[in-house]
Amino acid sequence: MSKLLEVKDLSVSFNTYSGEVQAVRGIDFDLKKGETLAIVGESGSGKSVTTKAITQLLSKPQGYIKTGEILFEEEDITKYSNKQMQKLRGKDISTVFQDPMTSLNPTMKVGRQIAEGLIKHRKMSKAQARDKTIELLELVGIPQAEKRINQYPHQFSGGMRQRAVVAIALACNPKILIADEPTTALDVTIQAQILELMKEIQREMDSAIIFITHDLGVVANVADRVAVMYAGKIVEIGTADDIFYNPKHPYTWGLLGSMPTLDSDEEELYAIPGSPPDMLNPPEGDAFAPRNRFALEIDTKMEPPMFQVSDTHYAASWLLHEHAPKIDPPESVQRRMQGFASMDDGKDGED
Amino acid sequence: MATNQQKHEPPKELFVPHERKEDTSEKITKPSRSFFQDARRTFFKNKSAVLSIILMIIIIILSIIGPYFNDYKMDGQDLSRAKMPPKVPVIENLPFFGMDGTLTSEFKGDDVEEATQNAVMRYDNNEEFIDIKVLSEGDGSADSAEVSATYNIYEAKEMQDEYFWLGTDQLGRDQWTRIWLGARVSLIIAFVAAAIDLLIGVAYGGISGYYGGRIDDILQRILEILIGIPNLVVIFLLMIILQPGITSIVLALTITGWTGMARIVRGEVLKQKNEEYVLAARTLGQSNGKIIRKHLMPNIAGIIIINTMFTIPNAIFFEAFLSFIGLGIVPPEASLGALVDAGFKVFRLYPYMVFYPAVLISVIMIAFNLIGDGLRDAFDPKMHK
Amino acid sequence: MLRYILRRVFYMAITLFIIATITFFLMKLLPGSPLSAENKLSESQQEVILAKYGLDDPIPVQYVNYMVGLVQGDLGISFHFDNTPVTQILLNRMPPSLILGMQALIFGTIAGILFGLIAAIYHNGWLDYTSTIIAVLGTSIPSFVFAGILQWYLATKWEVFPVALWGTYAHTVLPTIALAIFPMATAARFTRTEMLEVLGSDYIMTARAKGVTEPGIIFKHGLRNSLIPLVTVMGPMAVSLMTGTLVIEKIFAVPGIGEQFVSSIEVLDYPTIMGTTLLFSVLFIVIILVIDILYVFIDPRIRLTGGGS
Repeated sequence: MSKLLEVKDLSVSFNTYSGEVQAVRGIDFDLKKGETLAIVGESGSGKSVTTKAITQLLSKPQGYIKTGEILFEEEDITKYSNKQMQKLRGKDISTVFQDPMTSLNPTMKVGRQIAEGLIKHRKMSKAQARDKTIELLELVGIPQAEKRINQYPHQFSGGMRQRAVVAIALACNPKILIADEPTTALDVTIQAQILELMKEIQREMDSAIIFITHDLGVVANVADRVAVMYAGKIVEIGTADDIFYNPKHPYTWGLLGSMPTLDSDEEELYAIPGSPPDMLNPPEGDAFAPRNRFALEIDTKMEPPMFQVSDTHYAASWLLHEHAPKIDPPESVQRRMQGFASMDDGKDGED
Repeated sequence: MATNQQKHEPPKELFVPHERKEDTSEKITKPSRSFFQDARRTFFKNKSAVLSIILMIIIIILSIIGPYFNDYKMDGQDLSRAKMPPKVPVIENLPFFGMDGTLTSEFKGDDVEEATQNAVMRYDNNEEFIDIKVLSEGDGSADSAEVSATYNIYEAKEMQDEYFWLGTDQLGRDQWTRIWLGARVSLIIAFVAAAIDLLIGVAYGGISGYYGGRIDDILQRILEILIGIPNLVVIFLLMIILQPGITSIVLALTITGWTGMARIVRGEVLKQKNEEYVLAARTLGQSNGKIIRKHLMPNIAGIIIINTMFTIPNAIFFEAFLSFIGLGIVPPEASLGALVDAGFKVFRLYPYMVFYPAVLISVIMIAFNLIGDGLRDAFDPKMHK
Repeated sequence: MLRYILRRVFYMAITLFIIATITFFLMKLLPGSPLSAENKLSESQQEVILAKYGLDDPIPVQYVNYMVGLVQGDLGISFHFDNTPVTQILLNRMPPSLILGMQALIFGTIAGILFGLIAAIYHNGWLDYTSTIIAVLGTSIPSFVFAGILQWYLATKWEVFPVALWGTYAHTVLPTIALAIFPMATAARFTRTEMLEVLGSDYIMTARAKGVTEPGIIFKHGLRNSLIPLVTVMGPMAVSLMTGTLVIEKIFAVPGIGEQFVSSIEVLDYPTIMGTTLLFSVLFIVIILVIDILYVFIDPRIRLTGGGS
């Protein structure tokens, strides 16, 4: 598969009154046609900032790309002008944001908000755009679309709004759909519907999806590959199987371990203590070391490089170094890993 | 996927479990500050607000002690020294400030002679004390010639030794004295009106919002009726039937003025009392009084202070406005509005009479608005850095 | 919608009735009558005059007469100004005030919105600072001070516009500017704040993410959302225009309602004072109603309760 998007050594910083906040610190990843990449991490880990850097939607003038390249179809889009980006956004790369309650313009009819991209990027006439809008609304599962296009967002429920936001993002058959925590603000039942919708649409349109979330449970359902971010860096990246059955980074263990399972009442959750570091002055060595119960002496001195685990699987932890003591994931995490493996057998039925 | 190939191998002896001396994972890197400390910090970082505070302190001090800097009285009338322009020791030698005790103006005429005549006529026919400078010779057509005439009144009236820092008015009263007394009156009106609005508004709005239910219903109906009556009309009527003076103006301003504060406080109390933290306090069995004092008040204090800071310039404006249209303070009493009004009547000949009170009232208004803006930012958590 | 308006009009009528009643009795408390305008009159002459104004009737009768007249648009007869009916005086004085008020409101609001927009678009640039300073000065400095400055420079010194009085269009320029400064500054501050808030909102991010151009962001998505709250300050703005006309008309000697009101106060012409007061009340209440209705039309989120819509 060809690489649709390639991010190389990307660093993003924000200038604030207290100094430079290094939100993203040199990350590399790529995205292939039609695949779903999940970026997982706590709030403040830089996952949203990464996608905003890709679409150049960083809040200006504070936020800026410090170093790195973002190659979209082999062209570096960090060098694009505003005009070029406007042509790209919504057409080739579109975004679904977290909160459907606030991401629609309250004083513009929903139909018009969807049609806007169609008219701009696909040069449709108003009538054509209207027909396409109705089609899109039906596609995302909004009934009575013909009536709905003339309504305002406040006349939609939360789930409906997120469907409308998805419709906006899908309007021009984007090659990449960035979903920035699209289900976080929704009820659990609605979450499942939206996820299902996105999967369906991906099958139909063959778009690649970058799915941002802090919820590994959601990832298990949708992602082909997973990147785990911590303190502005990718600490582990691999296929969903790599991450769920064979996690290597203690932070990933922590994320897996802190997921409640149905039988979790018997055991203690493996919680990650503390909170993420202050990105104003990132700590020396491994940023995760202060919260890592398996931290090595070297973690406080040197930053771990990316160690290759397999063809698809990389992790940045000194534990993978040949000199490191052999440490297995905590028992509760191991049990979860097994749980995922058994769940996987019944995955299709569960949908 | 490119792995960062390590150039030099890390030393082997470091691959041992890290001994944690203290739990650093929960270390808080920023000093903790209370909301009000944050607010104060933000406020004092705001240069224009701090400058305005300093300016207001100076103005308030001057309005208290300024009138006693010289021996002239507020109503010390003396027609022989009427309409004397400003003259200040030392500064009188610096022509740029225009405080040298002379009046200067341009006069027009068909030719230089006529223009000069016009000037002399305007300036008490005291030809020997008038310096004429020809600005334009003219060609004989109407008003084509122009001269600039400078009239040295202090010499003409043989009062070289007198100094009226800001000049005198039509009745020979010292403007410096009157301006600071006027500022005093304007500020008293503003502060008292703001204080009364604050008291009534907070009490009314607080009770209405906190107790809710039937009390709130009744109080709100009353408030709605009061708000429906235009306050301008109420103020006019009261000012017409009451004797002009500080008390009447304060009464007129406050009789409907507190409704705004009451509405804001009620809205805020309603919002805050349904917050979880108040519920928590209630669950823990705290008394109403304690909840109001310890929980509600600190949280609505910001909005009350901000609103009060905007009531003050509003009251100053209204006092000036009423005095200006003849409904407020009337001479011989002085207020900034009354002084501007008096000065306006002669401002083409004696611009200094309106200039200084107008500048002072503008400075006061700007300063209070900037302080208000500064406070609004200071109490906005989004602005805390 | 219609029912809502009707209900509001009904409440308006009650408020006006209360105001008229209070005004009437307050005026009766005051000294001064048409007699004070003339000098020594014989008793029979006094009676004739009192009868002419209906002042020889007992006060309740006078009150009923006044209210009946009011409903028919008759506000009584002025004690001064050649005994003209007050309604006539007000009608004669209306046009200049209306022209000034409307010009100032339209010009001030549009200019203010533009200033605010520019400030928001060039946030933290020098244009932003300049327009913020102008806005602070405009909301702080009293309009009579502005009027004085304008009159001094543009009329007396440079003779660009007439100093005062009424007649040609040029006469309206200076008073309009002096009146417009406050609404302009208010609108500018408000538009700037709201626009900045809107520009930072999620739906603007959505719009950017679909590739909408900057002008599209500002005008299609930003403007409407940031102007809706502006409607809420239009009420205070209109009231400030009313107070403004009083001083501005006095300064520029414009023969409008405000100037009339100020001179009526000076000569204690109660019928005219009452009439003007009522006129101000009506204007105030109608403006508030119009603004509330306007709000419904520009903000789709608000649907009035009260059925019908």
